[in-house]
Amino acid sequence: MKKHWYDYLWLFSAAYLILGFFNILFAWVGLLCFFIPLIIAITKGSKAYCNHYCGRGQLLALLGGRLGLSRKRDIPPFLRSKQFRYGFLAFFFTMFFLMLFTTWLVFAGQRSLSEAVTLLWTIKLPWHWAYNGTAVRPWVAQFAFGFYSVMLTSTILGLITMLLYKPRSWCVYCPMGTMTQLICQAKAKKAA
Amino acid sequence: MQTRKSLRRKATVPQAQCVACGCCFNTCPKGAIEMIKGVYASVEEALCVGCGLCSGICPASIIKIAEVAV
Ligand code: SF4
Ligand code: SF4
Ligand code: SF4
Repeated sequence: MKKHWYDYLWLFSAAYLILGFFNILFAWVGLLCFFIPLIIAITKGSKAYCNHYCGRGQLLALLGGRLGLSRKRDIPPFLRSKQFRYGFLAFFFTMFFLMLFTTWLVFAGQRSLSEAVTLLWTIKLPWHWAYNGTAVRPWVAQFAFGFYSVMLTSTILGLITMLLYKPRSWCVYCPMGTMTQLICQAKAKKAA
Repeated sequence: MQTRKSLRRKATVPQAQCVACGCCFNTCPKGAIEMIKGVYASVEEALCVGCGLCSGICPASIIKIAEVAV
């Protein structure tokens, strides 16, 4: 099959995770993975982002598929149920807003910057080497640590379900995927 | 011209369970799968050769390959 430029976007996803290890401020670039799928879904009513451009999905397909790091078993029906997918979306966004709230507290000077990355919403990993402490306003760094935590957590979950089930199992319950599908559904209904 | 009905293996996607990830669409060697409005994948039966690649790749494991009369 013919390769397109966008078939290499997995490099972007891999680079993102690596760069964030050295300088946390790169985490801001991740907002692209947040806004692009939403804008495409809202304006075009399509999941073209998932279907073509998502580096995360490509990375999982590559590791689990080509490199064989996946058992390639069926996902348990519970994980692909609407209850779980919508529930996970709600949980994910609750945690996301809490992260934004923390950023706001730092912005308002009511909390000091925490130079840590929180894995799976609970495990605090030291990450101070990725920030020199003076480059930007504290809230800018706090958001970077928070956003990178979200990205790393979802990558870890994606890798776990890649190993256990199919390579792209994460795409079944990925909050961005679920949300863009919901937007497309609403748009399709309105058009009908 | 073929007049007798014969059985052929074809893929079908249960719409309600599809997450519209597009894995099947990107995998089908025949270009038989279309993504419908970002909501679900749909198989064009006439193009499908029943190879089963889509069903193997589908992260939700929902694609059925069954013999149908054509
Ligand atoms: S479901 Fe999530 S990880 Fe999968 S392709 Fe879509 S945005 Fe990327
Ligand atoms: S069974 Fe093969 S030809 Fe038919 S839709 Fe799936 S991948 Fe395409
Ligand atoms: S791979 Fe499965 S879940 Fe993804 S679009 Fe195709 S049928 Fe739907």
